Amino acid sequence: MASELNLSRDRLEAPFSRRVEELSGENPYACYQCGKCSAGCPFADHMDALPNQVLRLVQLGDEAALRLSAPWVCASCLACAVRCPKGVDIAKTMEALRLLSLRKGITPAPVVPDRPYPQIALVGAYRKLTP
Amino acid sequence: MNEVTVFIMGKGYRVPEGLTIMKAMEYAGYRLGRGCGCRGGYCGACATVYRLRGDYRLYADLACQTPVQDGMYIAQLPFTPAERPPYQLADLQPRGETLLALFPELARCVACNTCTKACPQKLEVMDAVQAALRGDIPQVAEFTFDCVSCGLCTMRCPAEISHHHVWQLARRLNGAYLTPRALHVQKRVQEIAAGVFKSDLDALLSLGRDALVAAYKAREIES
Amino acid sequence: MKKLAYFPGCAMKDQARPDEAGTLHALAALGYEVAEIPRWNCCGTVYSLAQDDLMRHVGPVRNLIRVQGMGEKRVLTLCAMCYGTLKRSSQFVREEERLARINAFLDTEEDFRGGIEVVHLLPLLRDEVGYEKLASQVKRSLNGLKVATYYGCVLLRPREFAVDDPDRPEVMERVVEALGGEPVPFPERMECCGAYLTVGRSDIVTERVGRILRSARGGGADLVVTTCPLCQFNLAERRPAAAPTLPVLYLGQVLGWAFGADEPANLFPLGVRDE
Repeated sequence: MASELNLSRDRLEAPFSRRVEELSGENPYACYQCGKCSAGCPFADHMDALPNQVLRLVQLGDEAALRLSAPWVCASCLACAVRCPKGVDIAKTMEALRLLSLRKGITPAPVVPDRPYPQIALVGAYRKLTP
Repeated sequence: MNEVTVFIMGKGYRVPEGLTIMKAMEYAGYRLGRGCGCRGGYCGACATVYRLRGDYRLYADLACQTPVQDGMYIAQLPFTPAERPPYQLADLQPRGETLLALFPELARCVACNTCTKACPQKLEVMDAVQAALRGDIPQVAEFTFDCVSCGLCTMRCPAEISHHHVWQLARRLNGAYLTPRALHVQKRVQEIAAGVFKSDLDALLSLGRDALVAAYKAREIES
Repeated sequence: MKKLAYFPGCAMKDQARPDEAGTLHALAALGYEVAEIPRWNCCGTVYSLAQDDLMRHVGPVRNLIRVQGMGEKRVLTLCAMCYGTLKRSSQFVREEERLARINAFLDTEEDFRGGIEVVHLLPLLRDEVGYEKLASQVKRSLNGLKVATYYGCVLLRPREFAVDDPDRPEVMERVVEALGGEPVPFPERMECCGAYLTVGRSDIVTERVGRILRSARGGGADLVVTTCPLCQFNLAERRPAAAPTLPVLYLGQVLGWAFGADEPANLFPLGVRDE
């Protein structure tokens, strides 16, 4: 992440941020970066950016958020959502980031079953990870 | 003779009422190289989609079975691309897991019912997908018995499922493993192999033509 | 007999059949006439978190229309994931415009009018049956068997739809106690197993499962129970080699056994597939 930060109204109200807000229904600017979500996320160790960092990028209108692996490792368990003191459901934000990629035809995590799975696993995987 | 207007490839033609779409196309001068098969509603080659004037709905049917309507706007599917994974029936287990392993996209079904609306055989296609998802192979076989593999459901499906390939596998698994065996057939085959009918067959083969004809005319007929 | 509409979900008819069998056996003994809803379809888990993905709510709403068509006002689910998906969808479509759009799309179904309550087995046992009645009707006690009650994520989150306090749930533990078991404390009881990541990132799930099983064994458990078929699959099939081996059963299997069901013949130990 950049060491110098240039804040301007354009950056803070970027179309990207608005789109994420619209799709998720969650106000990214409510987040004050306390980090409880990241502390509680069971999958944070496998993410290239912590949940609160992902949200930070959204706040700053930075489309680098779309190129992260973090949203694809999120399991929608909502541990973040129940811990957030501001009631921000970061899982919805993660889903919005996934959908913005998927709807553009970018599928970083194609689902190719390597062995038999019960339907519940396949239904969930296709639902969250494919367009 | 009453005539109606149908639109084939976007062009309007006046055709006699009462013709099927297929006959109407030929009446209009088309020679059908693709999209035409048994002409009897059985092979699924003539899958057709159409709209009617003032109706938002998209209809789907077999051209050889569907009478024309005034204002029908027709397009045909020459072929439905639907890859089928290779498998050996003898290596498969008759379980839901098998269907999902070969066709994992079944799990993408959102229960939108578009497949059912597209089916010219009026099958309960969505219910068949759901039965497949549950692993209920006999139910899938029952629901899809009349499927003609026209591919209309597959073309329309947002989840990109290749329905007719799934049905074929399910019916094959059902027939090979789950339906009751025809024991009387097995018994008869064993009897034949054991030579129970050998002397009767030999006697028949040794008859001359006239004796054979007489024996045929005098045969026992079940009524 | 109290009539109860029931939505099984795909798993209950396939690999989780023992869960359904055991639960229905117990519910019959507890005075419930359980009626499976007709022509149901897959709930389409996991619940869609987007604001505009109306298509993902078609599946759940169709099931709710079936309940409506039965003349019932509530529907029971056993699968935690079906619970989450149906419950949240029923809430999502309460908004008039969304409801109108879904009904317009479902042009071959009767209109969904809303007002169907989705109920999971656990709150039903706690609030309607009651722990005392449950305990009094038990035919075979678990005899102090040490049980790790694994909630997973969907049962407790989001807060709005949790079957119990998401920070300090106890309903599954109380049920196990009522059956004569001894629930053990273990910190990983509410932490996600990784769910659908098992298909593409089994490495992550294996790590999570290792932690969960170590936590359960650390609490002294002989057995893990869960109400989620995906959790059951992950906990049973994704155990890392170094992690403790613990049988993982559905709560319904244990419930059914306690109520005298024929299966499972032995509660412990038991493999993954109980055919």
